Amino acid sequence: MFELKDAYSVQLNQEGQLKHFITVEGLSRTLLTEILDTADSFVGMGAQQVKKVPLLRGKTVANLFFEASTRTLSTFELAAKRLSADVLNLNISTSSTSKGETLKDTLQTLEAMQTDMFVVRHSDSGAAHFIAEQVTPNVAVINAGDGRHAHPTQAMLDMLTIRRHKGQFAPLIVAIVGDILHSRVARSQIHALLTLGAAEVRVIAPTTLLPKHIEMLGVRVFTDMNQGLKDVDVVIMLRLQKERMQSALLPSESEFYHLYGLTNEKLKHAKPDAVVMHPGPINRGVEIESAVADGPRSLILDQVTNGIAVRMAVMSMAMSGQTSEKNNLVEA
Amino acid sequence: MVSGTLSVDSLLEKMTDELNQLLQHREIADPYIIGIHTGGVWIAERLHTALSAKQTMGSLDISFYRDDFSQIGLNPSVQASNLPDATEGRDIILVDDVIMSGRTIRAALNELFDYGRPASVTLVTLLDLQRRELPIQADVSGGTLSLGPNQQVKLLGPSPLELEIRQKPLT
Repeated sequence: MFELKDAYSVQLNQEGQLKHFITVEGLSRTLLTEILDTADSFVGMGAQQVKKVPLLRGKTVANLFFEASTRTLSTFELAAKRLSADVLNLNISTSSTSKGETLKDTLQTLEAMQTDMFVVRHSDSGAAHFIAEQVTPNVAVINAGDGRHAHPTQAMLDMLTIRRHKGQFAPLIVAIVGDILHSRVARSQIHALLTLGAAEVRVIAPTTLLPKHIEMLGVRVFTDMNQGLKDVDVVIMLRLQKERMQSALLPSESEFYHLYGLTNEKLKHAKPDAVVMHPGPINRGVEIESAVADGPRSLILDQVTNGIAVRMAVMSMAMSGQTSEKNNLVEA
Repeated sequence: MVSGTLSVDSLLEKMTDELNQLLQHREIADPYIIGIHTGGVWIAERLHTALSAKQTMGSLDISFYRDDFSQIGLNPSVQASNLPDATEGRDIILVDDVIMSGRTIRAALNELFDYGRPASVTLVTLLDLQRRELPIQADVSGGTLSLGPNQQVKLLGPSPLELEIRQKPLT
C-alpha cells in the first residue's frame, strides 16, 4: 500500500483545473459537471464519418496496466486514439517488473520516451496518486482503478449514463447493489452521486460484503434487497470480485443470487421507469438475470459507449490543465 | 475607428441579397446552412429564415479542432456539434459572426470534412475584421471593420442581435 496524502490537491493545477484524474472525492460539482458536459460533446462525435479529433495529436499516451483488464484498457486505448494520440499499451504484470525493474525505473524509462500521459491500473490503493507525485511536470496521470480505492472514470461514465437517461440528479434515488466491500467503483460512484446532488444513495449488500462505517459516506444501508429497491430510479449492480475474496464471505453463489441477484421479479419493487446498470463484466445468474441484463431497462451497452466519451473528456481536460500550468510557469 | 453598438439588421439584409445572387450564380437550389457556435449560429438562424431554406440547419462547435490547444488548452464550455442531416455531397453555407485571422474557419472546415465530403462550401460572415493570418476569405460578408489595436467586437444576442465594440480588458 502507498501512503495516501491529499489526492485532491495533487490532481488540480493552480487555477483549479484538472491536471491528473486520480479520484472523484473532493472535486466540486462544477468540475464534475464540466467533465460530463465535455463528454457529452464527444458522444455526439459518433455521427462523424471520421471518428477522430486532433486534440492530442503528437502526444503519447502510455497505458500502464499492472492488473488485467479488457474493457477498461480497450476503451482507454480507443479514447486516446480518437483524440489522435499515439498509444502504448504496457501489460506490466508480464513485463519488466518480473525482471526486477522497480516501478520508478519503469516510469523513468517511459518518460525518456517522451510520454505525455500515463493511464494507470494497479492492484494497490494509491498507486496512481504515487505515480502522479513521481512523474516529471507536465505529464498527466489518469487513474484507471487502484486497489479498493477508486475507479473515477468508471464512476463518471456511470454519471454520464444516468444524466443522459434521467436528465438531472436532484430527484433521483440510486441503489448500488452487491460486493461493496471490494468495489473501488462503488466508492467513486457514491462520491460522484452525492457531489452531483442525488436525492438519496443506497447500498444493498449482505453485511459480510459491506465495509465498516459505510454509512459515514452519507448512504442508506440495506441488507434486504426488496426493501432497498423500493422506489429507486437507478439500480447499479456490481460484479462479485471473487478474485479479491480472501475468506469465505459468501455461503455460495446460488445463495447470493437468490438474495441479491437482480431479477425482473425483484425489479418490480423499483420505480416503473427504473434503469439498470452494471460496470461489467457481468456474471449472468450470479448478480443479474440474463432477462434483465439484455432487457429494455438495461443500459449496460450505453455504459460502454459513454465510457469512451468520458475517457476522452478527462484525458483532454488533464492535458489541457497541464498545458496551462506549463504556460503559467513560462510566463512567471 | 468606431465605437458603441451597431444594429445588425441592415447588414443581414445586404448579406441575404448577396447570398441569394451568389447561390443563383452557382446554381445551388438546396443549401445546407451550418453556423459556428455561438454567434455564427445566431446569424445562421436569421439567414435560414431570410432564405426560407427547407432543410433544418446545423451547428458546429470547433473547440476540439482549434490550433491553440497546446497554448491555451480546452474551452471549458464546449458544446456538442449538431448536424442533423448528412453533409456528404451537399452544398454547405458555413456561417460565422466575424472572420479575422481565419483560424476558426480553418478548424471548422477540418471538422466539417470529418463528417463527409461536401459538394461545396460557401463562407458567409457578418463582419470581416481583416488581419488575416491564413489564406481564407469570406464569399459574402455584411461589412468590413477596422478595429483599433485595443478594441474588440462582440456579437450580443440572440435577440436582439447587436454588435458591441469595446476596449480589450487589460491582461
